[in-house]
Amino acid sequence: MNKLTLKTEGDTHIVITRHFDAPPEAVYRAHTDARLVQQWVLGPEGWTMPVCINDPRPGGRIRYEWKHPSKGGFYLTGEFVELKPYSKIVHVERMHLPDPTPDNHVETRFEPEGTGTLMTMRMTLPDAQTRAAMLATGMERGMEASYVRLESMIGDFTASRAS
Amino acid sequence: MLVISNLNTSFAALADPTRRAILARLALGEATVNELAQPFEMTQPAISQHLRVLEEAGLITQRVDGARRPRRLATAGIDAMDQWLAMLRKALERNYNRLDQVLAAMESNGRSRTKKIQERKTR
Repeated sequence: MNKLTLKTEGDTHIVITRHFDAPPEAVYRAHTDARLVQQWVLGPEGWTMPVCINDPRPGGRIRYEWKHPSKGGFYLTGEFVELKPYSKIVHVERMHLPDPTPDNHVETRFEPEGTGTLMTMRMTLPDAQTRAAMLATGMERGMEASYVRLESMIGDFTASRAS
Repeated sequence: MLVISNLNTSFAALADPTRRAILARLALGEATVNELAQPFEMTQPAISQHLRVLEEAGLITQRVDGARRPRRLATAGIDAMDQWLAMLRKALERNYNRLDQVLAAMESNGRSRTKKIQERKTR
């Protein structure tokens, strides 16, 4: 029921959906309240987020810094574009590794689904090459912006292989 | 590091829709350049160029069959990408599983707060 879906759309989009057993207001708050964001946007085990700045208003700044005891650290900056409580967040983000990655434009929507919430996150990268590069780098950090299901990239390939 | 740089090449190779279509076609079975060129309305050299990219990315291989050079999927390369994506997916799932816990804690905090307010009111 809480299954994550990840797929690519066209050449530059990545779409992620996930159901949560909580109302849209709570899921929205968990995405915009820095004290809450700091508790879950951590990726693989061992990473922490010592700095979590999040100013949820149009033009407001985002800065997340991650640290790992042996793997060092990196950070993300971004800006909020549009906020519609409790249904929609639009923001732009980039990773600093330490050179900044191209901007990732992210639209996150929350809609009631049963007694919970369906989240749909739609990412738009500047071009197909950027999306491909994002799939291959930076992703071990978890919340970095690109995930995909292989089968959606190459059609029914996985299905035909499995049969 | 070598594995990572191969993956980089693999994902870059997949950024092109024609190359994705070629892989989807090869998933049905091996095919020659001519057979691959047909549905794409592309010249043979153009298809050959795409095949070179896919081969360098470790996603396809060719074998010699007389004058024919049929291409097929390279299972190892595809599996490496598959495993990588599964790992990324797992990292994202970890985040959202943690969010489930954060949401559950928010809900129980909210409940106990409401309860306290109600208790105060009844006093």
